[in-house]
Amino acid sequence: MTARAAALAVQDVWVRAGGRDLVRGVTLDVAPGEVVGLAGPNGAGKTTLLRTLYRARRPSSGRVLLDGQDVWRMPGHWLARRMAAVLQETAGDFDLTVYDVVAMGRTPHKRAFDGDDAADRAIVAAALDRLDVTGLAYAPFDRLSGGEKQRVLIARALAQQPGTMVLDEPTNHLDLRHQLDALELVRGLGVTAVVALHDLNLAAAFCDRICVLDAGAVVAVGAPREVLTPALFADVYRVDADVAAHPETGVPQVTLRTVRGEPPA
Amino acid sequence: MSPRTAPAGRAEAEPLAEPARLPGRRPGLPYPLVIGLLAALLCAAVTAGIAAGSIPLPPGQVWGILAHRIHPAPADPSWSAVRETIVMDVRLPRVLLCAVVGAGLSVCGMALQALVRNPLADPMLLGVSSGATVGAVCVVVFGLTVFGAFSLPVAAFAGALAALVTVYFLARSGGRMTTVRLVLAGVATAEVLSAVAGFLVVTSSDPHKTQSALRWMLGGLAGTAWPVVWAPAGAVVLGTAVLLGVSRPLNLLLAGEEAATALGLDVHRFRAALFVLVAIMIGTIVAVSGSIGFVGLIMPHVVRLLIGADHRRALPATALLGASFLIAADLFARTLITPEEIPVGIITALVGGPFFLWLMRRRSR
Repeated sequence: MTARAAALAVQDVWVRAGGRDLVRGVTLDVAPGEVVGLAGPNGAGKTTLLRTLYRARRPSSGRVLLDGQDVWRMPGHWLARRMAAVLQETAGDFDLTVYDVVAMGRTPHKRAFDGDDAADRAIVAAALDRLDVTGLAYAPFDRLSGGEKQRVLIARALAQQPGTMVLDEPTNHLDLRHQLDALELVRGLGVTAVVALHDLNLAAAFCDRICVLDAGAVVAVGAPREVLTPALFADVYRVDADVAAHPETGVPQVTLRTVRGEPPA
Repeated sequence: MSPRTAPAGRAEAEPLAEPARLPGRRPGLPYPLVIGLLAALLCAAVTAGIAAGSIPLPPGQVWGILAHRIHPAPADPSWSAVRETIVMDVRLPRVLLCAVVGAGLSVCGMALQALVRNPLADPMLLGVSSGATVGAVCVVVFGLTVFGAFSLPVAAFAGALAALVTVYFLARSGGRMTTVRLVLAGVATAEVLSAVAGFLVVTSSDPHKTQSALRWMLGGLAGTAWPVVWAPAGAVVLGTAVLLGVSRPLNLLLAGEEAATALGLDVHRFRAALFVLVAIMIGTIVAVSGSIGFVGLIMPHVVRLLIGADHRRALPATALLGASFLIAADLFARTLITPEEIPVGIITALVGGPFFLWLMRRRSR
């Protein structure tokens, strides 16, 4: 049974480390089923903010609420049954098969000594199938290409059957078709989602709202067409960019011109 | 309380009308067959271990004596009382202890490899065995009896835990742990602790204490009698049961700390608790067997090659294989140059050293 899409509320979250403020007073409300893109230059605090959502980094102050429950006051498996995180893959040395990796997604739903039943196997098989990696089920995870690994990790998140998903650059290693496919998949699930994305054209096409971070603070949040303006690119990214609405869909399209302050090549 | 029921119409992640199928079966041998073969191997090793020695016994007689003990048949036994004594009081406890130690070291090695997420982890390589040895040698040389009869295992446990924690923190920097740092920290700690143990032994004035302390350092199971079997047997059986219970979280650790956290595991608490458990197991084992290297490194690898890394399947298999391996190694150790005995640690090192080097080369590709 899939968890219900939940309301996610980030309330005045600060993260301090080594005398620096990595996240500075971020407040963000995500409605059930809404997809919010997280954008911003390198080092803006996107990953750190995401880590406070899936309980990897405790906020120095502020709260993260899922359906009104403070995620930091609940047990880890409570959150893992409701929220899945798709992270950058880290290298391993253990020859886990793709099936093993995806089956890990069932862990939050299990107790000690519980075996995998037919329902678990069906859920894992469906997740593999949905991400187009069924043929790799018994291949060693470590030998896959970057894009294949990314799809396997999304499949693991699906096997968790979450109502909320946190994705950190899920399209990083994917080719064009699989980029679109992955984001369409997340949209089609109807889950609440927070997605860190570098590609703002993708963000504009797939996110209900975009939240832009700079130096740890929210500098803009709203519908793509409100947020993605030449002024934002100049202020936050320090580049000149044109933004035009797509003639058919109306989705804002970003075209980069030059780096600000340098003469054109 | 948040409701978890799925509203109708949201069935993407549920099995679809035509359920997705996996492409056939997992390659390799079926799991029950592997476990059956390993159990048969263990039976063979136990039989050979009891049958071989200065007075060889036919395998049939070995089982006759064992069966007779469990369920005395009305028929008169066809063997002498001496042979029964050899089997029951000399060889059986030693073979059982070998099985317990081999299984325990292998299971601990597998758990440590997951805990530090590094396939080169091993109780000896991480300095754990050396720490336990220092604890044990301290008790022997200084005659410490703070904990009465349990002084030795308790000291061995304390030494094991201290060494494990030291290596863990030396190998971590900025929340990351690399293979190189881990191996270097482990080797350095093991060397220092071995030197400490050696120093204590050499400077001890009592030759009897020196003799008995040297035994820990080489690793051996000579002169095993029933009373020393029970404590490690209990620790290994209970510890393995606990590890089986947490085999899913152990699997999560293989995915990395961050992913394990996102999948609901409190990584730091889990790791700390398991370090204590492994230290208890190693401490109790080393207290009776001394430092026996490489068993905890090789067995988990062989098992992973056979049936994969999933701990629910791999832990029982590695326990069986480790038990058989150490019985066989001990058999060689005591029969190769009879009537002399080679410390079993030398046999395992002769097998394990080359294996370790092969593994390093394979990993560095």
